[in-house]
Amino acid sequence: MDDAADTFVEPEGQAELVAALRARDEAAFVALVDELGPSMLRVARMYVSTRAVAEDVVQETWLAVLTGIDRFEGRSSLRTWIFRILANRAKTRGEREGRSLPFSSVGDVDGESHERSVDPGRFLADGHWGSPPGDWSELPEARLLGKETIEVAHRAIEALPETQRAVITMRDVEGWSSEEVRNVLGLSESNQRVLLHRARSKVRRALEAHLEGDTS
Amino acid sequence: MTSIWQRIRGGGQPGLTCVELVELVTDYLEGVLSPSDRDRFERHVGACENCTRYVEEMRTTIALVGRIEEDALSEEAKSELLEAFRGWVRE
Repeated sequence: MDDAADTFVEPEGQAELVAALRARDEAAFVALVDELGPSMLRVARMYVSTRAVAEDVVQETWLAVLTGIDRFEGRSSLRTWIFRILANRAKTRGEREGRSLPFSSVGDVDGESHERSVDPGRFLADGHWGSPPGDWSELPEARLLGKETIEVAHRAIEALPETQRAVITMRDVEGWSSEEVRNVLGLSESNQRVLLHRARSKVRRALEAHLEGDTS
Repeated sequence: MTSIWQRIRGGGQPGLTCVELVELVTDYLEGVLSPSDRDRFERHVGACENCTRYVEEMRTTIALVGRIEEDALSEEAKSELLEAFRGWVRE
């Protein structure tokens, strides 16, 4: 982590954004709230029990950001700094609620190595496909990329364990880099990747069931 | 953790099978495989239509997930925040 801080390169536009916030620029604040709000809710939901409490934590975080922005030193990205504040507050709230920390379960990443990406029954004894995947390229594009299919993906993500849900949301919905996700969630590189892999594999399975089911 | 690679190497098998390949798709897409492992991955996919489809499905999955519109903060929470912001400006 310290190495990362030493070589930290400020994202483009960050200095301007920080200056705008320090100058009490309301439009800049609103734009940032809109941009980061969904991911912040996601991360908060990993630690607290309800959406209402998560919204509370997000609000508290923004207040802390406003009062702290003059002291922000620019040694990490603004986004990482905001999410660290968020994660700390959400953790405290979750502990008060008596919830166990979600990342105690990340430790189980190793122990859960039996969790398979594809139902093992679909492979032959020699390790080759017995029941191979269908060909999605034959599907009409309107069906493959339609609203209904995206909704299936969304529901599959909602059904994931919290940590997997947070990782796939930040990486694939929001387009964060793996390094940012690791920094904010305090995950090792390999754990981040394992969680992402499990999440993507499960979403693929849900899509397969939807797209290749007999009827829909 | 015994990685799948350790297990594969332990078996002394130079090639990958389909059941092993599906566990490595994210490592491959993230670009973290060593050059020789990446080569084995690509050689298998190049010769296996089913795994080609599978990798394609994973790419499509990622693209579809990228189209999801995320849950935003409620309007109520946003207007409270805006109030707080204006209060902070007045301080």
